[in-house]
Amino acid sequence: MLHSVRNTLALVFKSLVNRRGTAVLTLASIAVSAALLSVVDRVRTDTQTSFANTISGTDLIVGARSGDLNLLLYSVFRIGNPTNNITWESYTDIDARPEVDWTIPISLGDAHRGYRVLGTDLRYFEHYQYADERALEFAAGTPFSGPTDAVIGAEVADQLDYRVGQQIVVSHGLTETSFVTHDDNPFTVTGILARTGTPVDRTVHISLNGMDLIHSDGDIDRFSVPIGDYESEAITAFLVGLKSKIGIFTLQRYINEFEPEPLSAVIPGVALQQLWGLIGVAEYALLGVSAMVVLAGVLGLLATLLVSLNERRREMSVLRSVGARPGHVFALLLSEAAMLAFLGALLGLLMVQLGILAIRQYALSEFGIQLSVGLRAFDLYVLAGILSIAVLVSTIPAWRAYRNSLADGLTVRL
Amino acid sequence: MIADLRFGYGSDEDVLAISKLQVEASRRVFLFGPSGCGKSTLLAMIGGVLVPREGSVTILGADLSGMKGAARDRMRADHVGFIFQQFNLVPYLSVVDNVCLPCRYSQRRLQRAKDADGSVEISAARLLSELGIDERLRSRKTTDLSVGQQQRVAAARALIGGPELVIADEPTSSLDADRRREFIDLLLSECDRVGSTVIFVSHDASLASHFDDAIDLQLANAAAGRSRVA
Repeated sequence: MLHSVRNTLALVFKSLVNRRGTAVLTLASIAVSAALLSVVDRVRTDTQTSFANTISGTDLIVGARSGDLNLLLYSVFRIGNPTNNITWESYTDIDARPEVDWTIPISLGDAHRGYRVLGTDLRYFEHYQYADERALEFAAGTPFSGPTDAVIGAEVADQLDYRVGQQIVVSHGLTETSFVTHDDNPFTVTGILARTGTPVDRTVHISLNGMDLIHSDGDIDRFSVPIGDYESEAITAFLVGLKSKIGIFTLQRYINEFEPEPLSAVIPGVALQQLWGLIGVAEYALLGVSAMVVLAGVLGLLATLLVSLNERRREMSVLRSVGARPGHVFALLLSEAAMLAFLGALLGLLMVQLGILAIRQYALSEFGIQLSVGLRAFDLYVLAGILSIAVLVSTIPAWRAYRNSLADGLTVRL
Repeated sequence: MIADLRFGYGSDEDVLAISKLQVEASRRVFLFGPSGCGKSTLLAMIGGVLVPREGSVTILGADLSGMKGAARDRMRADHVGFIFQQFNLVPYLSVVDNVCLPCRYSQRRLQRAKDADGSVEISAARLLSELGIDERLRSRKTTDLSVGQQQRVAAARALIGGPELVIADEPTSSLDADRRREFIDLLLSECDRVGSTVIFVSHDASLASHFDDAIDLQLANAAAGRSRVA
């Protein structure tokens, strides 16, 4: 048995090498389809993980009345713009509630060379968590202590080649080329955060004092109070951590029905779920299309095998004459398809690994998506799936070759 | 040995109807008759690839018509070597691999080749040398060999592992007269050495002088008169 399997594989290999032109093309089409399927699913799950890892430990995000998604996107992902501000009074009111453990004020609206500038205070470095409740860490330097101090994310530091002590200029507005640049008040980098793989890496953090300084007439003395004591007029949003999770819904209702001004409070996990609901459809559509491409690849394999059948009838009857059974002929064709499919899929998965290694850095810095390297369970499904579909469809040519070899006898009448 | 055999393709009329045809062991038999008289069909039946509608085909004392497909395939692999008119060789295998091919499907012939020469490859090389295919030719692609050379490779393949029966179906029809005589002489002397029975089929009755017996299939086959003549 083993002997005959080895025999068949040796024949299959030599036969494929003999027809390497078509074999390589078929192999390539299977490889491309396998790579596509694998990469679409990988990007899908890695995006999901990256998004879910962005915020952790925060119980509520509070902003001016708007959609849950909008609030989540601008406060955490730095995507889109806030609808309105929250007054300092409302913020301190909620911050003072007994069930609240901590809050982090966030003030957005400016940019530094394309990176968002976020105004906050020292509680940000203390309480903000990402991934599995990991706290922010400093790769270098210290938190800001004055109104013109800035703490930058790892990506900002890498891309702009900033170090601690560097002087930077913050512009009003979001684009790189704003009309108003506040040259009069340069900021100094006091700290660089360790890489997190979240939008924090692409953020320039300054104090609320500094934020208001940018938007003032430039009189720095007004803002030179200690950071913890400074009271801004308004902030964009704030994150809330509770002493006990049980109070989440009560506080959420309290905020949503807040009398002095219309506010929204969202639970990050719930808003993320909404986001999946939205993106999920497109992702599954992509996955479906990729599956179709795989099918097309396998059908290409089927076509190649069927076309080759006629020219191989003599070969089959020679094999029959030296003692091959019709079953050998069947197995020969099936194994050829299986070998092409297996090698093709393997090649495709290898291409994905190399591709990811190549674009990994770009995906992280441009989109904040941490692409994973290494084989995953889904890749094995792709491999097994393509192999089984290929074997399944190639029973058609294999069966025809089997029938031919029975009918042709030992001499082919062509 | 064939008795009361009838055969036709599908629902067509019989192509073969032979009441008795016997070949003694170790004889060189010449089977001749015009195209379409059922030669190839008869050979396929001796090879166990086709099954008679009626009657029996017995080889080396074993009745093929009573066997299952796999058992007939084993009989053919173990005991019969074939040489065809042309396109005998598998294009993607080397000359030596082509010669060794029967030993892939027959443990018996594999063992006999090993017993005779030590290994299958040595056995193949010896047969090829004896049939005039030297080392230089052996390294070529099979498709680059002349038809005469290809036929000699096919003869080596039919003989490897010493099968009891060698069937040659018009192996010389693509060769000119000199090469034809040379090929038949080589084939017959090799078969003598191995001790194989030879059934040599041709439409050219002038070759009969090389053989011990000659059988006119047109006379033996009662269905030959009415069957379509190609």
